Amino acid sequence: MSSIKVKLKEQDLNKIKEICKSFNNEEGELINVLHKTQEHFGYLPAEIQEVVAQELNMSVAKVYGVVTFYSFFTMLPKGKFPISICTGTACYVRGADNVLQEFKRQLGIEVGETSEDGKYSLSCLRCVGACGLAPVVLVGDKTYGRVSAEGVKEILAEYQDK
Amino acid sequence: MTKYKMYLLVCGGTGCRASASDSIVENLKQELETKGLQDEVQVLMTGCFGFCEKGPIVKVQPDNTFYTQVKPEDCAEIIEEHIVKGRKVNRLLYEDPENKKHIEDSKHMNFYKKQIRIALRNCGFIDPENVDEYIARDGYSALGKCLSELTPKDVVDQIKESGLRGRGGGGFPTGLKWEIAAKNEADQKYVVCNADEGDPGAFMDRSILEGDPHAVLEAMAICGYSMGATKGLIYIRAEYPLAIKRLKIALEQAREYGLLGTDILGTGFEFDIEIRYGAGAFVCGEETSLIHSMEGLRGEPTIKPPYPAEKGYLGKPTNVNNVETYANITAIINKGANWFNKIGTEKSKGTKVFALAGKINNVGLIEVPMGTTLREVIFEIGGGIKDGKKFKAVQTGGPSGGCLTEKHLDTPIDFDNLLAAGSMMGSGGMIVMDEDNCMVATAKFYLDFTVEESCGKCSPCRIGNKRLYELLDRITQGKAEMEDLQRLRNMCYVIKDTSLCGLGQTSPNPILSTLDNFWDEYVAHITDHKCPAGQCKDLMKYEVVEENCVGCTACARVCPVGAISGDKKQTHYIDPAICIKCGACEERCKFDAIIVK
Ligand SMILES: Cc1cc2nc3c(=O)[nH]c(=O)nc-3n(C[C@H](O)[C@H](O)[C@H](O)COP(=O)(O)O)c2cc1C
Ligand code: FES
Repeated sequence: MSSIKVKLKEQDLNKIKEICKSFNNEEGELINVLHKTQEHFGYLPAEIQEVVAQELNMSVAKVYGVVTFYSFFTMLPKGKFPISICTGTACYVRGADNVLQEFKRQLGIEVGETSEDGKYSLSCLRCVGACGLAPVVLVGDKTYGRVSAEGVKEILAEYQDK
Repeated sequence: MTKYKMYLLVCGGTGCRASASDSIVENLKQELETKGLQDEVQVLMTGCFGFCEKGPIVKVQPDNTFYTQVKPEDCAEIIEEHIVKGRKVNRLLYEDPENKKHIEDSKHMNFYKKQIRIALRNCGFIDPENVDEYIARDGYSALGKCLSELTPKDVVDQIKESGLRGRGGGGFPTGLKWEIAAKNEADQKYVVCNADEGDPGAFMDRSILEGDPHAVLEAMAICGYSMGATKGLIYIRAEYPLAIKRLKIALEQAREYGLLGTDILGTGFEFDIEIRYGAGAFVCGEETSLIHSMEGLRGEPTIKPPYPAEKGYLGKPTNVNNVETYANITAIINKGANWFNKIGTEKSKGTKVFALAGKINNVGLIEVPMGTTLREVIFEIGGGIKDGKKFKAVQTGGPSGGCLTEKHLDTPIDFDNLLAAGSMMGSGGMIVMDEDNCMVATAKFYLDFTVEESCGKCSPCRIGNKRLYELLDRITQGKAEMEDLQRLRNMCYVIKDTSLCGLGQTSPNPILSTLDNFWDEYVAHITDHKCPAGQCKDLMKYEVVEENCVGCTACARVCPVGAISGDKKQTHYIDPAICIKCGACEERCKFDAIIVK
């Protein structure tokens, strides 16, 4: 997994340390620490993982192993408007794949990437629990139901000038 | 719940919230206030009603009126007509698809008639964020009964007697599991609730946690009492923010009322629960993986034995049960094992919750007695196939299950029958497919999922599933040969036999069951280079029918990649090298001049 170079500021360092401390710097709390850290920074670049490893007194390899194991953790920053397409079974059988292809085409990015201007990122997730509205697309927290390939343009238009 | 004359219950499940049920609650409250009725009518946001297809739902109590597809703008009319004038708003009532008559209340809807609600008994009836409402419906009385009248052994015996089997997929007898955990001595033991719900397209557990969180908390405390544990852990996916929020509120309220903590109901019994978050890994639903994940490690499975009941979380005896399994416990304690074991089939007692989805008219959450047939579920409760299409298959058991067909429709659903038919119960996802769904592509979809989710620890699963996927991919591209089908089958058996955990041991099931039931469809892809369902894009070709084309240019204008050429009033041409087979032209053409071959 590639990562971008980040220079952590003093306050960032302190924030990470503070999060680790709130879990008593316990190794067993690693996943909780990573959740909180990602909640704050939006993603978990290598530089952040190094600090976490140090604070919890474990190897960076172990932290990296956990970060890359779980799909919820990301080492790349998300776009300003993160787009997630549900590829759960219910959405799949109702045509989620066509919707996904259309988003890829319109944005010119692949799943897991962020557009060059940093505006949109594309990801897939499995079932958001709104199968009645399949196929489902999320932009940030907003849910769009019964999306068709033709409807993709309309959704993107909403965010064009934002 | 006595002060008010009427209640407006608004569905607050994830699906309905995605369709603005928040603003519906707000508008209803506002309208009531302008009419000065806020002290007579209460607006409540409840858990899922189950009828997700026609959400958002607003239900009026006590008359059970069931309004569907309500929009925030409809609120004024509901208050003015129904509440003030006492006339139902006909256009919002559910319309019987057969005779087009409006049905006034939920009791008369086919969707609800055959259902029996045990695990979902409170979903859609109470405000999940208010413990008083749970208590008003007998909440925490089962815990009280256990602590004051029953010994831990009595509790285990009751659960054993009830015949309850685990709802997380395996169907292991719950009472037996509790008994083993109770017998293993240790200074600390743990009660774990598995709320990882990894099956994509299933939302039973989330709906229970969103709609009735206390039912799970109470059952975990009862389990703790029966096995001598003082600590509980709920492992829940971080992707379920609403369920997490409601669990947190429920935990706080339970502690405040002394229903969790050091001296529960003044009996000296101690029990408390913590939440642990998953981070998006399907294999973490497997109990040994789940335990490693809770310990902060990569969620990789380990060989059983030792079972969690012997050596689980932090090496201590641990009981892992699924959310829905727990949701049945209090009902069994309150109403008795002999009430529960009269429902269902000989070897599968009680009910099962299913998330009904796909190409079916009534997508939603249902609970039916074990032994109900697939036909009853799909055609009576589910209302049949969408858009009058033909039923082709129903997939149960998620990525570990199989596709069942027409010939299985009259099979009574229970753990053993589904296994015998080549599928499994799984956690309760039920995805219905019609004639437009390609079964090879469906098998490929599941393998894509397992390849992505295999943790990589054992080679049969890590490498084998990848090879299976590649073979299926070749078939859907029309590049395979008949021998590949035998290769596919052989490899399926090897992976099933040699994988470390349940993931690899079951991942070939979608392939095996489709090979068994849809052999001809595989063959068509290989020998005729055709996808009978018309789903596999590599085998499709869009063409213009010369006689029908009037040269209106509509297709050329809608084509996103400029693959269509032709002058006005001339026959158009689709360049197969550019065409991405999106189907936009076919949809736009008014003259049936574009066909798929
Ligand atoms: C790959 C895999 C995924 C699983 N996912 C889940 C799940 O998401 N939820 C669940 O409750 N059980 C899941 N299970 C089953 C659990 O391992 C375990 O059997 C279950 O939680 C026990 O609870 P029960 O006896 O109440 O069913 C999974 C098993 C396997 C092999
Ligand atoms: S499968 Fe997409 S919301 Fe359930």
